[in-house]
Amino acid sequence: MSKNAPGNVWVFIEQDAGRIADVSLELVCKARELADTLGVKVEAILPGAAVAALPPRLHELGADNVFLAEDPRLKHFSAVPFTKVIVGLARQHRPNIILFGATVTGRSLAPRVASSLQVGLTADCTDLKIDHFEDKANNRVLENRLMQIRPAFGGNIIATIVNTWDDPQMVTVREGVMKLAPAQPGRKGKVTPAKVELDATDLAVALIERVTEEKSVDLKGAQVIVAGGYGMGSKDGFALVRQFAEAIGAEVAASRAAVDAGWIGHDHQVGQTGVTVRPRLYIACGISGSVQHRAGMDQSAKIIAINQDPAAPIFAIAHYGIVGRVEDVLPKFIKAYKGRG
Amino acid sequence: MSLTILVFAKQVPDTKNVTGKAMKEDGTVNRAALPAIFNPEDLEALETALQLKERFGGRVVVATMGPPAATAILRHALYMGADETALITDRKFAGADTLATSYTLACAARKIGQFDLILCGRQAIDGDTAQVGPQLAEKLALPQLTYVVDVLDIQKGRLRARTQVDGGYEVVETPLPALLTVVATPTPPRPAGAKRLMQYKKAVTRSELLARHSGATYEDATSLADEEGRLRTLGLWIHEWSAADLEAEPGRIGMAGSPTKVKAIESVVLTGKKDTVLVPPTAEAIGSLVHDLVKDHILS
Repeated sequence: MSKNAPGNVWVFIEQDAGRIADVSLELVCKARELADTLGVKVEAILPGAAVAALPPRLHELGADNVFLAEDPRLKHFSAVPFTKVIVGLARQHRPNIILFGATVTGRSLAPRVASSLQVGLTADCTDLKIDHFEDKANNRVLENRLMQIRPAFGGNIIATIVNTWDDPQMVTVREGVMKLAPAQPGRKGKVTPAKVELDATDLAVALIERVTEEKSVDLKGAQVIVAGGYGMGSKDGFALVRQFAEAIGAEVAASRAAVDAGWIGHDHQVGQTGVTVRPRLYIACGISGSVQHRAGMDQSAKIIAINQDPAAPIFAIAHYGIVGRVEDVLPKFIKAYKGRG
Repeated sequence: MSLTILVFAKQVPDTKNVTGKAMKEDGTVNRAALPAIFNPEDLEALETALQLKERFGGRVVVATMGPPAATAILRHALYMGADETALITDRKFAGADTLATSYTLACAARKIGQFDLILCGRQAIDGDTAQVGPQLAEKLALPQLTYVVDVLDIQKGRLRARTQVDGGYEVVETPLPALLTVVATPTPPRPAGAKRLMQYKKAVTRSELLARHSGATYEDATSLADEEGRLRTLGLWIHEWSAADLEAEPGRIGMAGSPTKVKAIESVVLTGKKDTVLVPPTAEAIGSLVHDLVKDHILS
């Protein structure tokens, strides 16, 4: 394994009815970067039904090879059969690294794969790089290891984790954290069909019904975002955030506290356990600014914070701070915007 | 039908409510100052288990791996309605990552023996990894349902549940035994029952019983064995299991069984930009801010 020739960098490709998840595309780009540093190849694992048309897209983003595990029984994601496919491939080809999106699917699949392979796994990384690691406990230096950087403890600390056992080194990464690089049209790669061997016990979990709910909001693509937090006081109070957003043509977002309070759906949550956004303007209303929230919005081009507590941590990262009650400030803001010349 | 349901829970620092008191002067969090709580999604898992017990009959066993102080959440589980509890505790378990943790919990599940269902919270708020549930399922070769929000029915050895998925939800069915990770229940976790609290606050582990009779050793004190028998009969006995009790392989638990190591920890410092422009909350000042934003094409 790690002692012999270095393995390649793998990406699990999540797709639904032939549409590849954004995070998988982002991870192919990140894998390219890591593989170039290590001098190895990027390989994608693509399980699914009717997915044979997808590899060219992955090649153009940097994949050198796609393991195509096409089988009608893999039409819908289920942890046990998908684990079997990936573990089989990993045992055969011994990758150095496997990246998964930290989606519901990735977070159900990656731990099962890691447990089966008896390797480490780090969840929800916000950064990945290659570096050496001084393993003091065993008095050795591990070269070219994957530094798995993630917030922990509710986002109050940032930890760098290293897998010290044999490869593969496995991580999950949230959507929107890694950047999508431009595709290189015409870039070619290999496609390697993978055998899919499943028995009845692997397929014991049955899908009865699937209900797709249109995402009510596209925060990732939004240019202007108005976000409300616990300081909005109540569900009725939160209505003012929606009103404000509508008035200035913004999308509505929220902190975890407002979502947990039931004032707005989880789709709207910005932060470490929600969406990561980079809008042109982010207006935080009644949000104290926990690290977990800031992790999802501190890359915004401009940040305005409105909070009645002058000591609220959100002000530390805001470009503009308005210390005042949201119910006084927001109507004034709306009025000023309507009267802009 | 009579179900045996295992619930694995964790005591965690309350990272969600980091108040000023828990902040150090350098702007980092004083983790020791955070109160220890029953991990919120594990409470949802326990509530789900208790509701299933009420519907289908059976018993609920709650276990936690942690230091002796984690017994607090086991007592809370008893107050809510759990039938039996176990503390999985040993210095040898310290430093476990999710792989070593799931191995240890798998040993505990095997010790408990026959069961129909394992319920865990989806994730714990100190690590937010959501890894232990699926890893435990793999270790026990069980089918898994993750992100469960409602257990709809159990019929003829099959369980049907509603789960969250990206962009919607699914209704899925699994044969039992199975492992479920729970995000929420349709009704919030019940509070401690007042009567049960009076009854079960006396529940103890072996170490707690020994501490009560400090100086005595267990083996030579027949009165302690009698006391244990009495407590067991009353349901006031919290099992306490060490690595040896679980017959766990030393290389697979604690630090030794953990492939991941922490290279560095950086506390996030809540100070930052020094150039925040303070805008007074007046109509005039806000008007001028809006004017600037429009002029700079930040607002259209």
